[in-house]
Amino acid sequence: MDIAERVLNGDRRAVARLITMVENNHPEVRELMRELYPHTGKAHVIGITGAPGSGKSSLVNKMTGEYRKRGKSVGVIAVDPTSPFTGGALLGDRIRMQSHATDKEVFIRSMGTRGSLGGLSRATSDAITILDASGKDVIIVETVGAGQSEVDIVNSSHTPIVVLVPGMGDEIQAIKAGILEIGTIFVVNKADREGVERVLVDLEMMIDLAGYGEDEWVPPILQTVAVRNEGIKELVDTIEEHMKYLASTGGLDKRIRDRVRAGLKDWIREEGVHIVLNNLKEAGEYEPLIDKMVKREVDPHTAAVDAIKRVRNR
Amino acid sequence: MASDRIVRVLLAKPGLDGHDRGIKVVARSLREAGMEVIYTGLHQTPEQIVEAAIQEDVSVVGLSILSGAHMALAPRVVELLKEEGAKDILVTIGGIIPEDDIPELEKIGIKGIFGPGTTTEEIVEFIVNNAPKD
Ligand SMILES: Nc1nc2c(ncn2[C@@H]2O[C@H](COP(=O)(O)OP(=O)(O)OP(=O)(O)O)[C@@H](O)[C@H]2O)c(=O)[nH]1
Ligand SMILES: [Mg+2]
Repeated sequence: MDIAERVLNGDRRAVARLITMVENNHPEVRELMRELYPHTGKAHVIGITGAPGSGKSSLVNKMTGEYRKRGKSVGVIAVDPTSPFTGGALLGDRIRMQSHATDKEVFIRSMGTRGSLGGLSRATSDAITILDASGKDVIIVETVGAGQSEVDIVNSSHTPIVVLVPGMGDEIQAIKAGILEIGTIFVVNKADREGVERVLVDLEMMIDLAGYGEDEWVPPILQTVAVRNEGIKELVDTIEEHMKYLASTGGLDKRIRDRVRAGLKDWIREEGVHIVLNNLKEAGEYEPLIDKMVKREVDPHTAAVDAIKRVRNR
Repeated sequence: MASDRIVRVLLAKPGLDGHDRGIKVVARSLREAGMEVIYTGLHQTPEQIVEAAIQEDVSVVGLSILSGAHMALAPRVVELLKEEGAKDILVTIGGIIPEDDIPELEKIGIKGIFGPGTTTEEIVEFIVNNAPKD
């Protein structure tokens, strides 16, 4: 049995190994992903982002518990930053997710952001596909949301959740622009702390200003205390409601199409660059072209367009 | 496409002692050496450690045991890994391990055994040189 078939049978070791192969750009991965793809698209993908230490992992842990109570199997992908200097990473999200460590219906995987632009969204997207293929009903992706690709990952889920905490001063201002826009549910975690009211008011104002239409989904604001399991049931209820809303309004189709579109673009970018560069190199024109650009005889855009034309006419 | 393998290491503290300063220093040094370090926290059972090692697909498991329970905990981890068919994973231990226990631990396949005098450089070097490459 090949590794893709083992993944389809829910074999944990195969799931784990295939995710590693994805992360390492293993040459056999594309073929294996092709085998899995027709069997995917069944899982409900939830994205969760927010400032470092806001309690994302603690929330994921408790949400996982709630979904297990409801009979759903759960996959978790927890993304932490890779050091740009050493390529290493400290992946500590599991510390807060120990309640489910030996539950065979829960699969938790930590991933470093690693280097390349776009590489992260491809790797997490493949990891989601793998967990989906292995039969997980719900897949939760946690990222700190520091970079654009991390925000994109959460945004491409069915239900993006943004976590805030009270007591940081200008909470709303402190959150990176672009993150608030993607929230379909806002969670004010650590609601046991001072200053909850202020975050709530700020969030409400922001949502008000956004001017949602009559039958649009207006992002609900929920309060949780993850460490005490407070507000978790309501959070999962709201996530399920959002999924129902998506399914009943065609929003789900739109999200799926958007995600597929983004995936196609990612891959065209990746493969297209290879094809064009290899073509130049094989023709022995690569370094001479670089020389020309260095001497300012041709500008990079013209050079790129010419190179693409050459491939097309081949 | 080239394959860019990064060594993944699971660091865990089985048993009851609550001292995690040492293991955190090791975690940071391994990261500095370009590895991905999955830290799972305190009070882990061998079952939890092995399940995490499988899901995270690590090639190295580092145990920190200061409680004196290493002769119960470490062999159990090795045994469970074997049951899972993951015996290729390198298992190392750091902590207070009496000389007398070392041969027994080595016999069951534990490879790096680091006593209190060990520097983090030595641990990093050992893992760099001994992490299985498949
Ligand atoms: N008081 C309080 N503390 C909480 C709550 N939820 C989480 N914490 C604590 O906040 C700290 C950070 O929690 P994590 O769940 O690791 O937060 P995170 O957002 O995943 O952190 P990173 O992944 O490092 O960005 C831990 O010490 C938690 O125990 C809460 O509702 N109330
Ligand atoms: Mg976390």
